[in-house]
Amino acid sequence: MKKKRALALLLTGVMAFSMAACGSQQETSNSGTNTQTETSAPAETAAETAAGTEAAAGTDLSADITMWTYPIGSFGDEETVNGFIASFNEVYPNISVSVEYLDYTSGDDQVTAAIEAGTTPDIIMEGPERLVSNWGAKGKMLDLSDLWDDEALADISATSEAVVSACQSTEGVFYEYPLCMTTHCMAINYEMFEAADALQYINEDRTWTTENFEKALQALKDAGVAQENGIVYCGGQGGDQGTRALAMNLYNAEFTNADHTQWTMNSEAGVKGLQQLVDWTQEGLLSYDAGAQASDELQLFSNGTVAMTFCWNASNEAQYASVVGFTPYPVAFPSESGTPELCGGIYGFGIFDNGDEAKAEAAKAFIEFICDDAVQGPLSVSSTGFFPVRASFGNVYAGTEDEARMEVFASFGPYLGDYYNVTGGWAEQRTAWWNMLQQIFGGEDVQTAADAYVETCNAATAAAAN
Amino acid sequence: MRETRAAYLFLLPALIFFVGFIIVPMIMCLVTSFFNYTMTDFTFVGFGNYIEMFQDPIFIRALKNTVLIVIVAVPVVTIFSLWVSAAIYPLHAASRSFFRCVFYLPVVTGTVAVAVVWKWMFNKYTGLFNYVLNAAGVIDENISWLGDERFAIWCIILILFTTSIGQPIVLYVAALGNVDNSIVEAAQVDGATNFQTFWRIKWPSIMPTTLYILVITTINSFQCYALIQLLTSGGPNHSTDTIMYYIYYEAFKLYRYGYGNAMGVFLAIVIAVFSAIQFKVTKAGSVD
Amino acid sequence: MEKTKKKAGKLSIYKVVTVIILVVLAFLFIFPVYWIVTGSFKDAMTINAAKPQWFPLNPTMINYEKLFGNPALRWLFNSVAIAVIAMGLTCLTASMAGYALAKKRFVGQTILFSIFICAMALPKQVVLVPLLKEMSFLNLHDTIWAVILPTVGWPFGIFLMKQFSETIPTEMLEAVRIDGAGEVQTFLTIVLPIVKPGIGALAIFTFISTWNDYFLQLIMLNSQSTLTISLGIAKLQAEMSNDFGLIMAGAALGAIPIIAIFLMFQKYFTQGITMGAVKG
Repeated sequence: MKKKRALALLLTGVMAFSMAACGSQQETSNSGTNTQTETSAPAETAAETAAGTEAAAGTDLSADITMWTYPIGSFGDEETVNGFIASFNEVYPNISVSVEYLDYTSGDDQVTAAIEAGTTPDIIMEGPERLVSNWGAKGKMLDLSDLWDDEALADISATSEAVVSACQSTEGVFYEYPLCMTTHCMAINYEMFEAADALQYINEDRTWTTENFEKALQALKDAGVAQENGIVYCGGQGGDQGTRALAMNLYNAEFTNADHTQWTMNSEAGVKGLQQLVDWTQEGLLSYDAGAQASDELQLFSNGTVAMTFCWNASNEAQYASVVGFTPYPVAFPSESGTPELCGGIYGFGIFDNGDEAKAEAAKAFIEFICDDAVQGPLSVSSTGFFPVRASFGNVYAGTEDEARMEVFASFGPYLGDYYNVTGGWAEQRTAWWNMLQQIFGGEDVQTAADAYVETCNAATAAAAN
Repeated sequence: MRETRAAYLFLLPALIFFVGFIIVPMIMCLVTSFFNYTMTDFTFVGFGNYIEMFQDPIFIRALKNTVLIVIVAVPVVTIFSLWVSAAIYPLHAASRSFFRCVFYLPVVTGTVAVAVVWKWMFNKYTGLFNYVLNAAGVIDENISWLGDERFAIWCIILILFTTSIGQPIVLYVAALGNVDNSIVEAAQVDGATNFQTFWRIKWPSIMPTTLYILVITTINSFQCYALIQLLTSGGPNHSTDTIMYYIYYEAFKLYRYGYGNAMGVFLAIVIAVFSAIQFKVTKAGSVD
Repeated sequence: MEKTKKKAGKLSIYKVVTVIILVVLAFLFIFPVYWIVTGSFKDAMTINAAKPQWFPLNPTMINYEKLFGNPALRWLFNSVAIAVIAMGLTCLTASMAGYALAKKRFVGQTILFSIFICAMALPKQVVLVPLLKEMSFLNLHDTIWAVILPTVGWPFGIFLMKQFSETIPTEMLEAVRIDGAGEVQTFLTIVLPIVKPGIGALAIFTFISTWNDYFLQLIMLNSQSTLTISLGIAKLQAEMSNDFGLIMAGAALGAIPIIAIFLMFQKYFTQGITMGAVKG
């Protein structure tokens, strides 16, 4: 009898909990009061059972906040994020968080529309496209310097100074608080390279030289193992880091000058790299497709049409692991010197200035919990499939089935290059970049196209500085 | 006076919506087109945006593309829909209705659904077109239809065409049904050929329909946007940039609302001029 | 009508060729829909093969399972709600306004009608940014009303219903007035029954164009609870993967209901649009 009652109690508890979780995900901000009362119930029990020191500190904050997030690994899956919110509510029972999930196709436009309409969320978790600092420069974001305390600054600097500067605006204001980072690399179809006897051109540490890359392309072509060796996609949208890294590294060009005020891909090395790509496509060693986006190229890689992809990282590998029938083998971009400079992606949170102190505080508490909490932080990071920005988290994949896979990507960390994405006029640069690629593969003189591209970008940078 | 009051009472609900959600934003659009209006700035620049527009090579390119779409799509849609209507009109009611539905199908399928399926069919590696053309021996190398400057805009026009002819066909079939048959028969008794009866009798009486079709097709073609956004993002090398898409890009990617609005005002004027010309030409035609 | 049909019985080479061309064209117009539906039942391997499979030999439900992992029914519901409400409001306001414009003589009539016509030439999207501001001022951004209200304001319906109302015999209106019928009564008992086919046409037209108005929806809606099926399908195209099977499943879900509705009501539509627009 007693057992039964206990079971019933337990069940009720579980039900209340799951209902609360559902409630917080479904309710939108305007019916927040409802959600709040629901969420407080299980949180009290949680506080009772596991009355940690943090819990006591957090309980007095009370607000309904909204978060919009781009899909970053499984940080973008409703189930995962709701789990995180449930943990958050154990500590902060009076803050209810509702989440909207953006996509890369229309997400940016929806945020722009929301900014104009004044209906921005409190928190935004952004992809690595520097939108937060862009909006910050336009006065739409809150300064997050209180999150960047000495401890955080030291911990994150220990990973890479580049991360710190990436989250700062040109005036040095912190508009973004980072959660995770990655280096973007490329991947080859191991079996195809094996069949073409091209694996010899890749070094033990997964780097290779431009010279060897060309030999590998030739070997692949001679062996005829793939329909195309690789495709330089230039159909716009995301994945531009792959094409940038490819063109840059071939002759170790710099993408911008050191203080991020001028674009420099029209340099000798830059033009040489671009010209090399054009030459290879003409020799049939590579192909290009101005109608293909990164997603199309990845699709072709995953079904074995092409032997390599220029758009790879830990998260993509996790996503495609179950669908590919071969071994995707991550490698660095080929470079003349043999030491590549890889593009990084830094993912983190920003808070929109919605003029509500309580909400801003609650939003900060949420970000702090997700990024810095000793238990939650590593969980948040591993959900994204990327690496922690905090050195103190160590290897968040240790002891998991992902450990071996992630180790490979971690080995690219030292090649993380300059985070030139901070340069003003970034949005214009992206469009201009695709357009330049389309031009040079369409037969335009490379130097002319690169000069025009740099001119467009510099104008945009100058305009952004005003 | 009493009638005026009654009339306005009937018009009131429509006017509330019309003034509130068309006229007011239209005026705001016109006014802000004279401002450097961005997320952070709102300063009067006079005709600055309009001047910048004509010095902006991408805008000029977009304008050319838009005009190309219009001057190709409008006549083709009109002539083709007239031909289809004339061809299906004499058929049995059931088959007439069948064909009418078939040609209307892309309209009801929805722009986004149509765009994504064509995107797949145009795909360089997994698309149907390359497979069929390869098999038929027309091409021996896969073509990136949407990624090739020579073809991209024609692909857009083709899709636009399939989504545009549904309504004109419905209208033309209906218009042909309204032609006074006694005159047609009288002419045939007098020995007029099919061709003559068509031009002399049917054509003038379907003139108002033609005008209507010309105007709506022109407006639709000028506003080609969703297809571009979903299929090419204006590429390759701006070859599919249209004014609508460029307005969207300036306003929502670069936050230059004033500039976008100025282009919008310009586009509205161009459409109005085109429509007026069509009125003039078709009016002159029907007198003839 | 009867005469023409009889003539169709006579065969000529011209007619045979015409019919063949029509059939070929019809095939081209049906094919994309066929490709959406069959594509939605193919697995990734089949979809991405260079050699297309004309019919799904191993049909799979995996795409639909993935699709319904998203709130796809909610998207569909939102699309329907927006289209139905916009349709109802447009029919109501436009039939009233159209009647007044056609059958009443009043001050400002010509100017008003000209303004309506001019506004029709205006690209709707041009007013988007101001409209966004307005919706935010009215606190309606990210609600379905932000899409519905501008749609109802669009003057096409007024134009169509004016053309229709021209067909109402003026003597009839005078007769009921002499009998002492009020304005409202006249509208309900005389006008509405006559313009009913027009309302039918306008209803379908509004429904379809609202359903297809991707741009307005893109800008005005952004939360899970307001997304429409058009936005939903676009959302399925992820940045780092291109799952055509899933996208086709979304497209099929969006297209099939509206095709069904159109086929059911197409008689009214063709009848209605006919009488309205043709009278020009």
